[in-house]
Amino acid sequence: MKLLYFAWVRTNIGKAEEELVAPDHVQDVEGLLDWLATLGPHYAAALDRRNVVKVAINHEYVEHNHPVRPDDEIALFPPVTGG
Amino acid sequence: MIKVQREDFDIGAELARLTDGNTKIGGLATFVGLVRDLAEKGEVSAMTLEHYAGMTEKRLAEIEAEARSRWPLEGVLIIHRYGRLEPGDRIVLVATTSSHRQAALESCAFLIDWLKTKAPFWKLEEGAKGTAWVEARESDDQAAEKWKR
Repeated sequence: MKLLYFAWVRTNIGKAEEELVAPDHVQDVEGLLDWLATLGPHYAAALDRRNVVKVAINHEYVEHNHPVRPDDEIALFPPVTGG
Repeated sequence: MIKVQREDFDIGAELARLTDGNTKIGGLATFVGLVRDLAEKGEVSAMTLEHYAGMTEKRLAEIEAEARSRWPLEGVLIIHRYGRLEPGDRIVLVATTSSHRQAALESCAFLIDWLKTKAPFWKLEEGAKGTAWVEARESDDQAAEKWKR
């Protein structure tokens, strides 16, 4: 899957995007965030405020119980502050 | 019409394009958002707007479609900038046209309220004490909430 990071999620993790292959037990957004947080301290720090992180799959907002698939583009970011 | 761009925009020229040649328009409402120099943590010397290219355009088009479904509009224009901006710079233009003022005014307010909570933009402020990501405001959520139905 393709992961994209924005704003402080990006600056904490230290990269804007990456291709990752999640283990089979990662079935939904919550599972994905749990797994990402184990990839290193930067990931853990970025995902520390778990309930604040917004998720979009293929450009659509989703809840944390939404399923994830290997060919998804998944973006993680803080609440938006445009306008 | 949706435009997501780095460049500044000419308000007069944009509004003329939106209204020229359509004599059914009786009212034009606009909102222009500017960079302020007073943030919560002292003065702001600049800000950088980041966005999610691809998703931004889709979400803005969806917000425009929602406005058109709620009000009888002749035209809708949303221009949102990204990149580094300084105090006084224009960030966003929302303009709506309709036969009557109420539809134009209400839909313009709706568009900016919904845009602020749905379009994937983030502001990084630069000040005397370094940089900080702007936190989302509860008052913005409440402003968007009142348009829910």
